[in-house]
Amino acid sequence: MIRFLIKGLIRDRSRSLLPVIVVTAGVMLTVAMHAYIKGFMGDSIELNAKFSYGHVKVMTRAYAEEADLIPNDLALVGTAALKEELAEKFPGMVWAPRIRFAGLVDVPDEQGETRAQGPAMGLGLDLLSGDSREIERLDLGRAVVRGSLPEVRGQALLSEVFSRRLNIEPGDSFTLIASDMGGGLAMRNFEVAGTLSFGVEIMDRGTIILDIEDARLALNMADAAGEILGFLPGSFYDDAEARKTADVFNAAYAGDSDEFAPVMKSLSGQGTLGTYVQFADVWANYISLVFVGVMGLVLWNAGLLGGLRRYGEVGVRLAMGEEKGHVYGAMIVESVFIGIAGSVIGTALGLFIAGVIQKYGINIEGLMEGASLMFPTVIRTRITPVSYYIGFIPGLAATVIGTALSGIGIFKRQTARLFKELET
Amino acid sequence: MNKVKTYLLLLGLTAMAAAAFAQAGGGLDADAILERVDRNMFSENRIVESSMTVHGRRGSRTMTMRTYSVGDRQSFTEYLSPPREAGTKMLKLEDRLWIYSPSTDRIIQISGHMLRQSVMGSDLSYEDMMEDRKLTDVYDAELVGEETVDGRAAHVLHLKARVADVAYDVRRIWIDAERYAPLREELFAKSGQLLKRTEFSEVKKIEGRWFPTVVLFKDMLKQGDGTEFRMTDIKFDQDIPDHIFSKASLR
Repeated sequence: MIRFLIKGLIRDRSRSLLPVIVVTAGVMLTVAMHAYIKGFMGDSIELNAKFSYGHVKVMTRAYAEEADLIPNDLALVGTAALKEELAEKFPGMVWAPRIRFAGLVDVPDEQGETRAQGPAMGLGLDLLSGDSREIERLDLGRAVVRGSLPEVRGQALLSEVFSRRLNIEPGDSFTLIASDMGGGLAMRNFEVAGTLSFGVEIMDRGTIILDIEDARLALNMADAAGEILGFLPGSFYDDAEARKTADVFNAAYAGDSDEFAPVMKSLSGQGTLGTYVQFADVWANYISLVFVGVMGLVLWNAGLLGGLRRYGEVGVRLAMGEEKGHVYGAMIVESVFIGIAGSVIGTALGLFIAGVIQKYGINIEGLMEGASLMFPTVIRTRITPVSYYIGFIPGLAATVIGTALSGIGIFKRQTARLFKELET
Repeated sequence: MNKVKTYLLLLGLTAMAAAAFAQAGGGLDADAILERVDRNMFSENRIVESSMTVHGRRGSRTMTMRTYSVGDRQSFTEYLSPPREAGTKMLKLEDRLWIYSPSTDRIIQISGHMLRQSVMGSDLSYEDMMEDRKLTDVYDAELVGEETVDGRAAHVLHLKARVADVAYDVRRIWIDAERYAPLREELFAKSGQLLKRTEFSEVKKIEGRWFPTVVLFKDMLKQGDGTEFRMTDIKFDQDIPDHIFSKASLR
């Protein structure tokens, strides 16, 4: 019977082609839109993860309590050993020690005295070790406006806006003044290797980037780092996995009462990011739900119209003596096949589109000029496990429900009236 | 007749209040007390050798330095140890401050918000270092009570700034009632927030002045046990050559 119905659908395209196309289009849009929303929300989280928070972050307990103040006097020491311990405990994760600092950039005149000066937010990253992915992670190559990335020790990157304000060019030298790890005065000369533009006002205002070993030397932080950022395998933040990782790490230090013992925090456990992660998750689901609901209504109507379009055919079948329940059942089964076919094709197409955007992204840099928020300039979709089945909700369920509702009319038909219809 | 009685009563009460007030200040009013503090603490010039111990959460570190100063206008400090800080020099001329560090061979002018930063990780800011005008030139004083500090009778003065360019709008200062040396001080922001607390100890008579040689500064907005400033050698009214207070002496 089922084979008969499938053959009927394939051979009589007037019954199946349009409904399958409609379902396919609806499902494709649902899948692509869901991946887009997940990606859009997730990209802001990823940007924050890459620049500041990591998927997890290891700090001393004392540093973690005052992390917003960047208290480098409370930084981690023995970071090489700690990094090895982390790599051993959590294989597959990538670890990046960083030093954040606040300081003053002072540009000399010909006599070596202050010509220009400005406050800077500094970042010490592993730029020169050769086995680091920090340049790629922060997309520094693309952000270079003038000059180049540091190639040797003693070179630094300044944000383009900041360097223009200080009137300093690549190749010029400047002095960084900051507090060292012991709280003392730290002064060190650097050469500008290049200037950067992040397209984010908050970073363009006064950022200075150093190789982490230069930062260690300048701030008297040998084998120390304010924070070690950890990134989960894959490109996206997984809150459950990050929390699990943090719990496993922290359990090992639960009995240690030292305020300088390391502590790991998931991205959602740092500052206001937890609220944002929850907000992003809830809103992504909420927006997806609304879209699925709207798509469901469209496809339900398509199913409804498809059923009503076959009014005459149903009449003939009933006149020929076919049972009402049988006709109704056959139409439901047909709609299931149409729903499955449309959902499978639509999901495949939706995943393809989402996959392309996930890989290449959509550049919205032009829209972000003057933005003061930490916001991505390239939007990417994100394919999640849900992407593989979310299209079936409107694609299959709505189509079947639409057919089922339109089919109720079959039971309301009176045989006498049917013959009258056939006569005309 | 009743009116006369009332006037006499009021006159008597006023006289008693004045006597009590005079007794509280040891016969001096608040301005006179502050004047005597200034006489002890400020000199035409001085050369001080000192050590500064910063008590941080991870341990303590000590720096030694030599400071030359003339009144409240000029001062020159050279850090002598430890090796990382040795050779760092600071020059203050009027309201400007320059720092020289041998590692960079640069003379850098410190200005603006940087003046509020900590000096060498201590509980003192550059602004604190630069603020050494006579208290009588900057504050209006009011005697607000008598207390005992570390077993010594002390006048408690409430100081309110009468100039705008001052780091602390209000000070509460405990003055040794016998020696007129400060024993304790609390520094407040305009908002009333307590910013710093200072304890003075080991008051010694040096060249006719009572001078506290150990000062413990505590930045109340910072963790840690404060910064101890110990003056190991003080010479007042010395012959300090003018070239010390020039940018040339920084290098």
